[in-house]
Amino acid sequence: MRSIIRPCLTIFLLLGLLTGIIYPMAITALGQVIFPFQANGSLISRSGSPTQSQKTAAGSVLIAQNFSGPGYFWPRPSATSPPYDADNSGGSNLGPRNPALVKKVASAIARLQKADPGDKARIPVDLVTSSGSGLDPDISPAAAYYQVPRVARARHVSPASLRRLIRQSIEMPWLGFFGERYIDVLELNIRLNRLCRKLQKPSDHPLRK
Amino acid sequence: MWYDGWAQLAFLLAVLLLAAKPLGSYMAKVFQMQRPPLLGRIFGKAESAIYAMAGLRPDDQQDWRQYAVACLAFNTIGFAFLFILQMVQQHLPLNPAHQAGVGPALAFNTAASFVTNTNWQNYSGETTMSLLTQMLGMTVQNFLSAATGIAVMAALIRALAAKGTGKLGNFWVDMVRSVLYILLPIAVLLSVVLASQGVVQTLRADVTVHTLSSSAVAGGAAETKTAATQTIAMGPVASQEAIKELGTNGGGFFNANSAHPYENPNGLTDFLEMLAMLLIPAASCFTFGEMISDRRQGHVLLATMTAIFIVCAALCFTFEQQRNPLFPSIVGQHHTALAAGGNMEGKELRFGPANSAIWTCIATGTSTGAVNSMLDSYTPFGGLIPMWLMKTGEVIFGGVGTGLTGMLITAMVAVFLCGLMVGRTPEYLGKKIGAFEIKMVSLAILIPPALTLIGTAVASVTPSAVASVGNPGPHGFSEILYAMTSMSNNNGSAFAGLNGNTDFYNILGGLLMLAGRFWSIIATVALAGSVAKRKASPPNVGTFPTHTPMFGVILAGTIALISGLIFLPALALGPIAEGLMQVVH
Repeated sequence: MRSIIRPCLTIFLLLGLLTGIIYPMAITALGQVIFPFQANGSLISRSGSPTQSQKTAAGSVLIAQNFSGPGYFWPRPSATSPPYDADNSGGSNLGPRNPALVKKVASAIARLQKADPGDKARIPVDLVTSSGSGLDPDISPAAAYYQVPRVARARHVSPASLRRLIRQSIEMPWLGFFGERYIDVLELNIRLNRLCRKLQKPSDHPLRK
Repeated sequence: MWYDGWAQLAFLLAVLLLAAKPLGSYMAKVFQMQRPPLLGRIFGKAESAIYAMAGLRPDDQQDWRQYAVACLAFNTIGFAFLFILQMVQQHLPLNPAHQAGVGPALAFNTAASFVTNTNWQNYSGETTMSLLTQMLGMTVQNFLSAATGIAVMAALIRALAAKGTGKLGNFWVDMVRSVLYILLPIAVLLSVVLASQGVVQTLRADVTVHTLSSSAVAGGAAETKTAATQTIAMGPVASQEAIKELGTNGGGFFNANSAHPYENPNGLTDFLEMLAMLLIPAASCFTFGEMISDRRQGHVLLATMTAIFIVCAALCFTFEQQRNPLFPSIVGQHHTALAAGGNMEGKELRFGPANSAIWTCIATGTSTGAVNSMLDSYTPFGGLIPMWLMKTGEVIFGGVGTGLTGMLITAMVAVFLCGLMVGRTPEYLGKKIGAFEIKMVSLAILIPPALTLIGTAVASVTPSAVASVGNPGPHGFSEILYAMTSMSNNNGSAFAGLNGNTDFYNILGGLLMLAGRFWSIIATVALAGSVAKRKASPPNVGTFPTHTPMFGVILAGTIALISGLIFLPALALGPIAEGLMQVVH
């Protein structure tokens, strides 16, 4: 029996130290030195430039945040409570035939239509279903185009300029086919702010009043 | 497009086969005790030092009893350490988010889960575990449980190649070499690439940002103020993510697992994580072929796995691209170049239905159980496929080590069935499959299904267990059946609407995971011990060849037959009933 105890404890201790302390610490050091932006959560400022400080960060490129006003593009619904809780990720876990799912989709439709009453266009399914993480940072290009009339009216900009903005923001999947085409909502909204600022006379700028 | 799923599947399998062959030969060298090129120079001294400190002579050979006892003792230590670590984490360093100690029932379940390579999670990572527990508990067991699986596989292959010695190798040496020469080097490479793509790797537990819509915007329109700040959980994720996929563990740093953008930010990371899950299980087939000096035997096993996998993945992504008939017609559900379409509830937009379905089949065919989409929201038949893949005993690539082990055991059942039909003593690789072997094979094959069905039956008649169900109708039964299948087969994925963090599921589930894993390991090592004592007889005209496509077909049939016969009634009450309701609608 003694012949078991010594190798058992020694090997557990040494391999534990190697894989549980040295390995993650070494990768942390490497990540912090070589890829500080990515390793620290891909945070960006209000102007869209990379940052690592909590004070200047407006969010993460990779994490959805709540946009609910008519003047911004909206992300997909989030099933976390409260929505877009990046401290407790998760999906709805509603089955495909669960009446609660059908109700949830209906209320997402109602919310979109209430914000833009005249619009009778088809709503892309990703805009009324919640994502797996509740933090999906992306919407489909179709879901962005769908929101153009509402955002254009709220921001007093032409739909054509918004459509151009969307076209420039479409990201292709890796290698062109591994996944779907997507648009990062936070980045799109930062570009939207920039576009609106450019179109305005400096004296009207609300942030300078 | 309809071909998107096929393109992703073909590309993935092509890269897999190219990478698995050299890795398989390399792994054979590792387990034949040769000095691995390059890494031998880096880790050679460390390896010898570990043996010296442990008081081991690395060329000491163990018989099956010694090997099994070493394996069980080592895993007992790992279990006890993780169990205690969780309960005292509030007193230990590296707990910036001030997580409380974990309660004993949940700590038992989680320790059982990570030691058995299941990684079933009744907790939400970002709100339960300290960074120290994630690293020293979860990450360590991700390595060690994977290495245990590989060690048992190496023992079984050596037994099949042995010439009557009865010796299986040395468990301690197999563990050390698996970690140093296989798991750790690949994990280091993978974690650095993942970190470069946006998988976080930091000792901060969270940051709080002031969101974009929290102040006035240009454009004049009144912007309703929404939550002004957002707290974003982080941690040393990349290092854990790499071994989580590579070791077919599957336990997420975050609750949303690989659907979380910090675990799996884009198509490239998604591809690499899928590849990592498949890599060692596929390479093991080549390792097997090299170690028994008959490569064709390994090829036929790999071809069988791949064929069944392609069928499952193609069916699954076809189902997931279907529209939900209950949604109103104003919702556009067609897949186009600009819209993912299909069943998007619980799926991430950057992946879409086709990619998510392929991932799911990989994670359940291997014993990983990681998810990049929420399985509870799958279409009825789309959710049936991952459930069936687990019920095969996870041999469609399977877990690291355990996949090939399971496939070899299934191959022995197949030759036994063929032997019965023609009235000859069954043989595999020239070794007679006698009464003792068949008893051990039967145990290894029947224990997980027995645990699954008994567990499901008990839960279905226990009011407190039924109260955990998150969806009405047959889908609720599917949640219970899925949970029991996942835990008994050491997978770890879930129909997560089921609330598993109750004393009932924590304790019953922990017992199922431990029994499913270690009873199977004991039966396998005993089988290996018996096979290793047998001398191989040279093939003659009456020998049933096991390297032919014909054998592959018989093997696939055996897998379908066993899992189908055992589980059809249970499946009929859950996903099949729900699917028929969907069709009738």
